[in-house]
Amino acid sequence: MAMLEVKNLGISFGGLRAVDDFNLKIEEGQLYGLIGPNGAGKTTVFNMLTGVYKPTDGKIFLDGVDITGKNNVEINKEGIARTFQNIRLFSDMTVLDNVKAGLHNQKEYIYSTITGILRLPRYHKAERAMDEKAMELLKVFDLDGEADYKASNLPYGKQRKLEIARALATNPKLLLLDEPAAGMNPNETQELMKTIRFVRDEFHITILLIEHDMKLVAGICEELTVLNFGQILTSGETSDVLKDPKVITAYLGE
Amino acid sequence: MKKKMINSTSKNNLLTYLMVLVIFVIVQTLSATGNLSNLLTGLLVPLCVYTIAAVSLNLVVGFSGELSLGHAGFMCVGAFSSAIFSNAMADVIPSLPRLILAILIGALVAAVFGLLIGIPVLRLRGDYLAIVTLAFGEIIKNLINVMYVGVDENGLHVAADSAGLGLSENGQEILKGALGISGTSALYSDIKSWFFPIGIVLLLITLFIVQNLVNSRSGRAIMAARDNRIAAESNGINVTKYKLMAFTISAALAGVSGVLYAHNLSMLKVSVFDYNMSILILVYVVLGGIGNVRGSIIATIILYALPELLRGFSTYRMLIYAVVLIAMMLFNWAPAARDWRSRVLERIKSLLPKKGVE
Repeated sequence: MAMLEVKNLGISFGGLRAVDDFNLKIEEGQLYGLIGPNGAGKTTVFNMLTGVYKPTDGKIFLDGVDITGKNNVEINKEGIARTFQNIRLFSDMTVLDNVKAGLHNQKEYIYSTITGILRLPRYHKAERAMDEKAMELLKVFDLDGEADYKASNLPYGKQRKLEIARALATNPKLLLLDEPAAGMNPNETQELMKTIRFVRDEFHITILLIEHDMKLVAGICEELTVLNFGQILTSGETSDVLKDPKVITAYLGE
Repeated sequence: MKKKMINSTSKNNLLTYLMVLVIFVIVQTLSATGNLSNLLTGLLVPLCVYTIAAVSLNLVVGFSGELSLGHAGFMCVGAFSSAIFSNAMADVIPSLPRLILAILIGALVAAVFGLLIGIPVLRLRGDYLAIVTLAFGEIIKNLINVMYVGVDENGLHVAADSAGLGLSENGQEILKGALGISGTSALYSDIKSWFFPIGIVLLLITLFIVQNLVNSRSGRAIMAARDNRIAAESNGINVTKYKLMAFTISAALAGVSGVLYAHNLSMLKVSVFDYNMSILILVYVVLGGIGNVRGSIIATIILYALPELLRGFSTYRMLIYAVVLIAMMLFNWAPAARDWRSRVLERIKSLLPKKGVE
């Protein structure tokens, strides 16, 4: 069974058909890319997958479960986590607390508000376990040295990494990355590619990413879907898709 | 390093409790040695009232990131519900347990109002939320202004005028509309001198609740919702639930401060819980530093006591008050002043004897 299956997904904003008849099938453990020129509707697809927008029509199945029309809190609980094109960290909280906020719904760390206020033993136990888990995640992204920095004080590249760490903290089956390499220099991008692959293997998750950096796309994505003007232009193996004249035309013009 | 970090938050919290205790001890010593004027003694309980109100408002404004202009409304609800209870139960329950029950009732009633107001209001954001909370405060004030409450052997009676109460012969009118409730503090004449220590205990409890809440799972969710609503939701945090939680707890604590206020006065009139009082508390929070609990306390003490202490200057009183407001704003927020403060702090730290390796 596919990890993510999207059937005839579409959304209209008033008279504007932003995405139409979008289909996607991602197998478990795949690293999948969604590309297309600016304004093609890639982020809109992400917003529908994560429940920020309700699709006008179509169905979304995660691991066989119909999640169409659920809101973003429920969808996160079902197992989809994401990062954002314009970074959305909890900027006034520490780096560690950002990740701990991501651990919010993990069963082993849940305790009630009363337990928290009265500082019952469960609070100390859960917080200690949470600190350990969060530090472990930060270490993966080489952020453990900055754990008590305010998130907004991190340099740009590290903020992107922190966002991924926070998304992973929610223990997703499927991770959506919206332009993870935006604003990174070639060295940072190179490192990011390694990290993304490592994350997929280490956490056994499926990754769908939007990216404009073709080096990154060609380097790590196994399959691609290309969007243009809200519709699928083509999809298939990365190397084939990138050679497709239609795709080159869409990006560079005639 | 992890350990150190946890310690630094709890150290910070401890420092706040310690500060309150030190202030308490100083005031008690001054009072015992007869160095406290009558004027100052009269300010002590109201000071507790306003610090509790400011700390609780900081939970909404600072940690939940919503601008609420109706805090006096919740104090008002707590004040009147508890004062009615105290008057109705005056002959039934001895004073100390009665006061404790009154506090719980004030907190509960204010919490219920917080919840009921919060459900529709927290769908709004920013300016709209501020306007609706402001309206809530005014509506509550005007409602109580025309409300009459009396008690007799058949229980509580509520009406829109005195005659409508229909009390029996030995009935007693408690709330008389715009005239308010009189004689509440006289019911507690035996423990009146303990009101300041009780106020301090209530302040410590408020601090305990707010500080521990903020540094817990729910507190992180509240702050995450403040910092970025969409990101919080995408991380599985139910934003509405946690905003409502912060709002309700804040309302309950405001209710407690209202109880203290009501029981300290012989005449409780609804007209004091107006827009100005909400703004005043907001000023304490903003000047003390949004999201800074200790700052709220310090700002309240300085800004509440100041106008009273300046009475000698009569005409220039409000002028000096305004200048202090501006000076405090600059001291707290201007970049140059912040740099200077951190430099001074560093110097003080370097003077202190070094502790063992951490």
